[in-house]
Order: sequence, then structure tokens, then C-alpha cells
Amino acid sequence: MKTRLLILGLLSTVVALSGCVTKPYDYTNFRAHPPRSILVLPPLNESTDTRGTYGYLSTVTMPLAEMGYYVFPVVVVDQYMKENGLPGAGEMHQVPLDKIRDIIGADAVLYITLKQYGSKYQVLTSTTIVTAEGKLVDVKTGLTLWEGTANVQQSSSSGNIIADLVVAAVDQAVNSSTDQAHDLSHMANMQLLMTKDHGLLYGPYYPKEK
Amino acid sequence: MLFTGCQSPAVYYWGHYEDLVYGTYAKPDKFPPEMQVQTMEEDLHRAISANKPVPPGFHAHLGYLYFQLGKADLARQEFENEKKQYPESTVFMDRMLANLSKK
Repeated sequence: MKTRLLILGLLSTVVALSGCVTKPYDYTNFRAHPPRSILVLPPLNESTDTRGTYGYLSTVTMPLAEMGYYVFPVVVVDQYMKENGLPGAGEMHQVPLDKIRDIIGADAVLYITLKQYGSKYQVLTSTTIVTAEGKLVDVKTGLTLWEGTANVQQSSSSGNIIADLVVAAVDQAVNSSTDQAHDLSHMANMQLLMTKDHGLLYGPYYPKEK
Repeated sequence: MLFTGCQSPAVYYWGHYEDLVYGTYAKPDKFPPEMQVQTMEEDLHRAISANKPVPPGFHAHLGYLYFQLGKADLARQEFENEKKQYPESTVFMDRMLANLSKK
């Protein structure tokens, strides 16, 4: 961890926050059916990095809870579903809403799909990309309360070729054992869920302004 | 860690909760239930000292770990704690409690 922090500090890390800055999301459905509790299902992973589903899942609870929602315990839910015949994210995303209401009692379900997840190593640099789509669905009515996309990219290139060579070597050594896209998922999530006018609205546990 | 700077301070005492969630899947051999329980019990003490609530799911996760270790009474207590702190969890926690009584 220390090494990683040091390396992160040495690198001139370029974080590109893209995503469209268009008009605010239409929160009509969200305001009509404001959830108290959110069930986060393990994300569908469309990338080739098999670590995506759980590398991303483990970063979703904190932003949602700090935004004021009750978030169901992600590991307990995942294990419960597996024990009940749903081996993976694909099957879990197919569970009918009335079943979710009966078994979990959630107000809303957050479905996440990872369009991209992982690192690419070139000669001099590595690039890590996380692209996530999110959809929040009201359990009672089936209405989509919110949808959003986040795209976060991090590159280790500094522009100095000697420095880059050293960095690339260290990078590959360090990152072959760690999942950089997991670290980047924290940022992707904040962009996905917390961006003003495009993320979620605050929930019932969010502290009222004084 | 995440909620510093321009963000308002965190509502919850997070401790290692999300690290444990990650470790459960990424490095299961290094995150066995015994280790997770010890970490969470310590975090719980720190949360009480810091006078901050533990986040949603914390007690339920701890309860599930006790259940895995065969400590049904402690598991029951933690599922009840989750319900008490967050009534939104009632349906799911009642299901977990019912599972406990079955075994």
C-alpha cells in the first residue's frame, strides 16, 4: 500500500473526467417515488477483466450510504442469492421485482453494467479505464427513477520518456498483482452517483442543512 | 479518505467495511471470516469511541460472518442490531433470522 501511494505520488497522474455536461436529468419519477433503501446487485461485466464485478461492487456502498440511503449488505445479498440458485450477476439481474420486494424488501434496485474495466499496458505507459452505466428502478412500479453513465480513465504517462520507462516497469510489476481498475472504480462511482444534476438525489439519512 | 476536501465529512464510521467486501472476493484466502470478524469488532469499538454510527449493512455483514463461524447467538444479535439501526432492513433481516432458527 505504501509503495502504491509513493508511486501514485511520483507519477503525474492524468485523470480524465469525461461525460456529457448537458441539461440536468429529469427527476420526475425519482421525486414521485423517492426510495429509502437501495439494493445494489453485483454489476454485469462486459469487459474481459473477470475481476470487474466484485472490484466495482465493493465501492458502491459508501457513496450511496453517504448520500442518505439504506444500502443492503452487498456480500450477504450476493451469498444469499448464490445459495438460492443464482450463480452470477447475469442471473441476479433477471430476478423479478416482486420477488425482490418479498425477499429483500428493497424500495429500489441499482443495476450497474461495466462497459469497460481494466488496464492496458503499452511499452511506456499503462492506461486504466472504467466505464459504468447505472439504472435505478422502483421496485413497486418498475419505473426507471434514474439512469447515468460514468467514464474514468487514468494514464501513467508523464511526458518524460526516461521517467516513463522507469514508471512503466514499476507499474507493471506492481499492477500485475493489484487491480488498478478497482481503485479507479471509487472515482467512477462518485462521478456516476454524485455528479450534481446527473447523479442521484439525496436520500432520507442525508443530514439536513443547518 | 474519499469524503475529504470539498465534501462534507462522512456521516458514518466506515472502518474497513468496504476493504473487507473487496477482500472477500479478491483475496478470499487472506480474508477468512475469523480475520473479518476481528477487524469488524475493532472497528465497532472505534466507531463507538468516535461517536459515529456504523454504515448500513455493517451489522448484517458481521452477523453473516458469525453465522459462517457457527456462532448463531452472536449472528442473531447482529441481525437484530441491523434492524434496530435501520428498519429498512427488516424484511431481509427477518429472512436471515428465520434461516438461523432452521439450522
